[in-house]
Amino acid sequence: MDKVTKTELDNVVVRFSGDSGDGMQLTGTLFSNLSAILGNEISTFPDFPSEIRAPQGTVGGVSGFQVHLGSSKIYTPGDDPDVLVVMNPAALKVNAQFVKNGGVIIFDADTFDKSGFEKAGFKTENPFEELNISDTIQLIPAPLSTLTQNSLAGFGFDNKIVLRSKNMFALGLICWLFNRPIEQAIHFLQNKFGKKPTLLEANVKVLTDGFNFGNNLHLTVSTYFVEKSHETPKGKYTSISGNKATAWGLIAAAQKVGLQLYLGSYPITPATDIMHELTARKDMGVKVVQAEDEIAGITSAIGAAFAGSLAATSTSGPGLALKSEAIGLAVMAELPLVIIDVMRGGPSTGLPTKTEQTDLLQALYGRNGESPAVVMAAGTPDDCFHYAFMACKIALEHMTPVILLTDAFIGNGTSLWKLPTLAELPEIKPNIVKTGTENYKVTDRNQETKVRYWSFPGMEGFGHRNGGLEKDYFTGAISTDPANHQKMVDTREEKINNVSEFILELKIEGNENADLLVIGWGGTHGHLMSAVNAVNKNGKKVALAHFNYINPLPKNTVKLIQRYKKVVVCELNSGQFATFLRSKVPAVEFLQYNKVQGQPFTASEIEEHIISLLK
Amino acid sequence: METSETIRNQYTAKDFKSDQYVRWCPGCGDYAVLSSLQKVMADLGVAPHDTAVISGIGCSSRLPYYISSYGFHTIHGRGAAIATGVKVANPKLTVWQITGDGDCLAIGGNHFIHSVRRNVDMNVLLFNNQIYGLTKGQYSPTTKKGFVTKSSPFGTVERPFRPAELTMGARGTFFGRLLDVDLKTAQMTMTAAAKHKGTSVVECLVNCVIFNDGAHGWLAEKEFRADRTITLEHGKRMIFGKEGNKGLVLDGFNLKVATIGENGVDENDILVHDAACEDTTLHIKLAMMEGPEMPIALGVIRDVVEETYDAAVETQIAEVQAKSKIKTFDDLIATCEQWEM
Repeated sequence: MDKVTKTELDNVVVRFSGDSGDGMQLTGTLFSNLSAILGNEISTFPDFPSEIRAPQGTVGGVSGFQVHLGSSKIYTPGDDPDVLVVMNPAALKVNAQFVKNGGVIIFDADTFDKSGFEKAGFKTENPFEELNISDTIQLIPAPLSTLTQNSLAGFGFDNKIVLRSKNMFALGLICWLFNRPIEQAIHFLQNKFGKKPTLLEANVKVLTDGFNFGNNLHLTVSTYFVEKSHETPKGKYTSISGNKATAWGLIAAAQKVGLQLYLGSYPITPATDIMHELTARKDMGVKVVQAEDEIAGITSAIGAAFAGSLAATSTSGPGLALKSEAIGLAVMAELPLVIIDVMRGGPSTGLPTKTEQTDLLQALYGRNGESPAVVMAAGTPDDCFHYAFMACKIALEHMTPVILLTDAFIGNGTSLWKLPTLAELPEIKPNIVKTGTENYKVTDRNQETKVRYWSFPGMEGFGHRNGGLEKDYFTGAISTDPANHQKMVDTREEKINNVSEFILELKIEGNENADLLVIGWGGTHGHLMSAVNAVNKNGKKVALAHFNYINPLPKNTVKLIQRYKKVVVCELNSGQFATFLRSKVPAVEFLQYNKVQGQPFTASEIEEHIISLLK
Repeated sequence: METSETIRNQYTAKDFKSDQYVRWCPGCGDYAVLSSLQKVMADLGVAPHDTAVISGIGCSSRLPYYISSYGFHTIHGRGAAIATGVKVANPKLTVWQITGDGDCLAIGGNHFIHSVRRNVDMNVLLFNNQIYGLTKGQYSPTTKKGFVTKSSPFGTVERPFRPAELTMGARGTFFGRLLDVDLKTAQMTMTAAAKHKGTSVVECLVNCVIFNDGAHGWLAEKEFRADRTITLEHGKRMIFGKEGNKGLVLDGFNLKVATIGENGVDENDILVHDAACEDTTLHIKLAMMEGPEMPIALGVIRDVVEETYDAAVETQIAEVQAKSKIKTFDDLIATCEQWEM
């Protein structure tokens, strides 16, 4: 009874889930890249457990990787999966509740035994019944372990190595389910394992067997097909994570401006990948100091900035807290510095592997004294490249620390990225003092922009003393004069406000003549945009104003927000941006939609809330 | 040699004096260290614009304002990390870090041990007056146990750090000690520190006339100084004393003072100082000597050759660059798995 149907979908969400050693991330990455090569839009998100190696088969050790494929523009890794692949009962327990009605669950039947159920904490031997899984969901049992063992019988590998290839079997099966030509997948493996022939042969064998297993499934199973996207602008693409994009944005800026890139950093989840990327780029002359602590990370970067490098430090919330005094020094010394905060759940150690937007007010105000700095935020994984580049540009052109906020969601997630060339990136003109300038003082500044002129050791004739003590506006000598302090405070403030002359104005997305303006910032762009588009498709009128520049705000912010009757600020905190906006646009009543669960928004919850506000 | 001599004589101490009024208390030991440093900088012949002086917070950390070079008066305790950044960013610079017993050993202790461990090529002048001066008289991590200060009205109950022990415990490659009033030893020690490749820690015994007057009085008193201190020089016998007849000898595993010409001791029995010895045992013993039985060691106690952190960073970059095909950002982009859409 062969009744294989083929369902064409605009977009589909697949979640791979298993023990952290099951290779789910690799399977997911291969599958998403394969789909991208075939012309789909992609967006992915990994979900790590906080324990590195929790006991096998337990709920605590489950890690996942979600892929969203689309034939039109997609903005997020998707809310709930259409297809769930689970390698053990624990993974089923964690994820089954999220599978959409009409979806598919593929499971490794070999692990669904008494011991597997016990480890996962099931009380019975029928986990599907126990979890009350809807009968609209199709279950595909595949004894992945046995099948993989059979597949590799002739290779002479030991059992442990054989079982590690289980994920390739699952990948083959998924390729079948999505009508992916197996040849493409094989070609992909050739690139991946080309240098290791035996490994390549084994993986190709398992992958093909997985594919054929699907083909031979004499079951009533629907397969899916996602058409090529025609909305994506033509060009060369890759898939990139936010953290990698951030690192590469710094590299691009350093090369564009012709300065050495220096990163002082201390390992911290979920920001460490930025350091990993940069320290691997010694070939491009990047200097990375893995410092003894967060404070040394930033202060050594401040030293490098003092010495004439493009300097940066990367961290997450607790690290930003430790760096706050040093950021104040960079404000006072008016040195260029990029501080990247990949936000996670807080306060304190909080939820290190989860995402939140709870560091905004810390970034804006978390320092002693009147200490203005530029604060900006990237919206999507690929966006991180652009905003990291712009953070460098602003730091160097305006002689100020710039705090770039990303988060665990966009930092670890990936999206399609149109490959740039160095030539097409904007020029960066650091405010270095012109040679021949006489009588240079450390506080000499461009009178229009208030930006201090930069000179650094090695430059003859520009020796100076900088520091954290207040300086005389004219001579640069230390000063406690009351009027001078006021003037310096005002000058530093004006310098930062002036940055708004150099950044893009705020753009309205969605329906400009809307009855409701949705406001967001940073890494929630995908979910907010998806929700706004969905509501507009149903004939309602909703607009989205998404902020990437927060201090200073884009010049047209006030005018733009005041056009709308109803305004709601959606953010993954208890209302930090709303609070900030109230101080800047007091005439507007800002409604709030907040979530602080360590999880990104889902597009559907935003959609529901928007609809409720339109009633 | 002629050229290097010419470069050497190019500067005078005046070239390293800034136009700033020096604001330490009259009689402060820091003045003497400052003028010794300016003299040493001139003699070293490194241009003021290739010299960076980095400090944290405290009385001594004001020093960069008084040197006509590139100076950075930063935040409390972080001078070592900032100086690390300066040196790694531009290894051609001569970097001095000015710090005190509070800045370096209390709030900055972590950065201190790690810069020493890494062996960043910089010269650390650790002004040790065993007191917090700028905050007006609290005990510091080097204050002697039991000492009465504003924050220890009944005497401290803390055991003090000994900077030499800490430096060598952190695998330091250079340790020297100077006394504010002994200009000759001060300059000799600072010069050696500057010439040493790696983190050179120089403990500067300075007097705080206001809050801890006479902290080092026992050895500073001119009349007894020769008998109460010993200036160590590499390759020379450890001889000291007003009469030049006292010396250090081994007694089992310990050091002891012997008098030449007494008890059958002659000059050849006196130990020869080997500052370049990798093993720290004797260096620690020398650095830990205390009165009244033993003289306080001044001069260069340890000066060992090891690769510096900043040089290692440069070497590794050069090695990777020689092998890698990635030279530009566009090369990097070309390494991406990529596809046409």
